[in-house]
Amino acid sequence: MLKIKDLSVAVEGKEIIHDVNLTIQTGETHVLFGPNGAGKSTLLMAIMGFPKYKVTKGSISFKGRDITGLALDERARMGIGMSFQRPPVVRGVKTRDMVAACLKAHGDGETVEKLAERTDLKDFLERDINYGFSGGEIKRSELMQLLAQKPELTLLDEPESGVDLVNIVLIGELMNDLLEKNCPIQYRKCMGLIITHTGHILDYVNARTGYVMCDGTIGCVGDPHEMLATIRERGYDECIKCYLGRIPTNE
Amino acid sequence: MSKIKASKNSKDKAKAAAGKAAAYGEDIDLNKYVSAGEEHPYQADPSQLPARTKKQMLSAGVMLDDASQRSGTYLQMDNTPIHSSVRQDGVEVMAVSQALEKYDWLADYLWKAVAVDSDKYTANVELNQSDGYFIRALPGQKTVFPVQACLYLAQAKLVQNVHNIIIAEEGSELHIITGCATATKDEPGMHIGISEFYVKRGAKVTFTMIHSWNPETAVRPRTTTIIEEGGLFLSNYLLMKPVHSLQMYPTSRCIGENATVRYNSILVAGKGTNIDVGSRVFLNAKGARTEIISRAITVGGNITARGYIEGNAPDVKGHLECRGLILGEKGTIYAIPELKGNLVGIDLSHEAAVGKIAEEEVEYLMARGLTKDEATATIVRGFLRVDIEGLPPMLSAELKRAVEASEKEVM
Repeated sequence: MLKIKDLSVAVEGKEIIHDVNLTIQTGETHVLFGPNGAGKSTLLMAIMGFPKYKVTKGSISFKGRDITGLALDERARMGIGMSFQRPPVVRGVKTRDMVAACLKAHGDGETVEKLAERTDLKDFLERDINYGFSGGEIKRSELMQLLAQKPELTLLDEPESGVDLVNIVLIGELMNDLLEKNCPIQYRKCMGLIITHTGHILDYVNARTGYVMCDGTIGCVGDPHEMLATIRERGYDECIKCYLGRIPTNE
Repeated sequence: MSKIKASKNSKDKAKAAAGKAAAYGEDIDLNKYVSAGEEHPYQADPSQLPARTKKQMLSAGVMLDDASQRSGTYLQMDNTPIHSSVRQDGVEVMAVSQALEKYDWLADYLWKAVAVDSDKYTANVELNQSDGYFIRALPGQKTVFPVQACLYLAQAKLVQNVHNIIIAEEGSELHIITGCATATKDEPGMHIGISEFYVKRGAKVTFTMIHSWNPETAVRPRTTTIIEEGGLFLSNYLLMKPVHSLQMYPTSRCIGENATVRYNSILVAGKGTNIDVGSRVFLNAKGARTEIISRAITVGGNITARGYIEGNAPDVKGHLECRGLILGEKGTIYAIPELKGNLVGIDLSHEAAVGKIAEEEVEYLMARGLTKDEATATIVRGFLRVDIEGLPPMLSAELKRAVEASEKEVM
C-alpha cells in the first residue's frame, strides 16, 4: 500500500504541492488528471524521492514503512519504479546495460533479449539509452526497464504522450503486464499511479480511481472514466468547479 | 646500434633546430636527461623476458606470452631494438636501422612526413643514434591480426629517441598496436617518438596506441600520416595512466581523393598529470573525410584537448567532437577545437562540451535501483566507451578491455 498524508512539496524553495492525501491499496491502479502545471509530475517525483523535490510537510508511506526521508535509490530498491515523461539521454550507456542493471537489482533470470523482443526494441539494445529515440520508442524503453525492475509501485508519467495509435496498443499491453492486470485483484502485488493528459491510455488499462489535480491540490476523486468524460466535455475549469468542496480523504 | 643514413641536409637542419621550443607544451630541458643508454641483449623469444617486464608491457596492450593473435612483434628497450618477428607473409617488421640496410629507397621516407626541424625534440632524434620500428604491408596484403610494438623505457633519466616508419602499400590492410611503458613507477625519463605513416592508394591502417607511463615521465611524440587516394587511417589513442608531461599533436594529410582519417582519443589525467593532446587533419584532396573524437576526464590533472581540421579541396567533410568531464574538486580541461575552410562547398563542424556529470543522468540511473556510486561509475564507463567505426571486432574488444582495466584510475 502507498499512503500519502498531508503532503506538501517544494521545488527550489517554492511550494508546488499542498496537503495532498492519497492512498493506493495493493493491486489497484489510480489515475491522475490535471492541467499543465497542476503539480502532477511534481507529486510523482516526490514519491520517487528525487532530491530536488523537498517534502516540507506530511509523509509518504510504502509497504507500511515511512519512506519520507528515504533516498531515491533506496526507494527504487524497495520496489518503486517510474516511467519518465522525458528521460535524459545518457551517452555511452547502452540500452542493454540499463536493462541488465534493472534485472540485476530485481532479476529472476529473464533475459534482456526476451524483454527487448516483448517491447519491440531488439534493434535498440546497442544504442545509447534514449539517444535519437522517437516518442514511442522512449515509452517502450521505459517500460522495458520497468519490466526488468519489477516494481511493486509503478509511477507512469504520461505513458501515451508522443505515441502513435499502433504503439499505444503495445504500450497498454506492457502496462497491463507491469500492473498485473491479467491477474485477479486479490492476487496482485503491484499497484500503479498514472498521469494522463489525454486519457487515451484508459482505453487499454483499466483503473478504478481517478483524481483531478489543480494548483498543487487534489480537487476531486472518482471514477476516472466519468472524470475524463467531464473533462473532455467541459474542460478542466468546469470539472474542478463541479467537484469543489468534495475534497477526498480516501481513507 | 643505429645505422640510419641520415642525409647531411637533415643533420644540418636538426642542428639549427636543436634549441627550438615546441609550439605547444612545457619546454623540457633535455640536458636533465642522458642520451647514451646501456645496450640490451637481443631476445629471440620475448616470452622469456622477466615477468615484471612482461607485466608492464601487457599494461600497454603488448602480449608476449601468447603471440598467436599477432601478425608480428617489435620490442625496443630504451634505445635498443631487442626483438622483431613476423608471423604472416606479406608483412615486414624490423628495426628501421635494419630496414635501411635492406632497402635503399627507405631513406626517402625519413623526415618526409615529419619535418626534422619541427622543434628541439625532432632535432634530438636526428642528432642522436635513434632507432625504431619499420612496419610494412606489401601491396594487396591484408593482416588478420595486428602487429604489436612496444617502446619500453627501462633506464632512469634516459631520453628514449625513437624513429618509426610505417608503410601500407597499395591495397593493403595493416593493424598495429603500439604500447609504451616504463620499468619503474617513479623514476624520471623522457620519450621522444617520431612516427611517419604512409597509407598508399586504397590501403587501410588502424593504429592503436596505449600509453602507460609513470608520473615522472616526459613524452613528446611527433607523428604525421600521409594518406593517398581512397586510403583509410584510423587512429585510436588511450592514455589512462599518470604521466608528468605529455604533448603531441598528430597530424594527417589527406593528399588523395576520398582519403579518410579518423582519430579517437581517450585521455584521463590524475593529479600531477599535464597533457596537451590534439589531432590535426588537412583535407587537401577532393572528397577527403575526417572525424576527430576526443574524450577527456580529469581527476585533478590538466588537459588541453586540441583539434584542427582544415579544408583545402572541394567536397571535403570533417567533424570534430571534444567532450570533457571534470571529476573531483580540482583539474582543468581546456578544449580548443579549430576549423579552417579555404573554399566554397566544404563541410566542417565541431562540438565541444566540458563539465561535470549531469545530476539528471545520475538520478535517472538511481531511479532504477543503482546506488549513486554505481550510477556515476556506469556513466563514466559509458563516457569512455568510444565505438570506433571500422575497427576490427578483435581490436575493438582489446581496446575495451584496456579501458576497463584502467577504469580504477578514474573511479
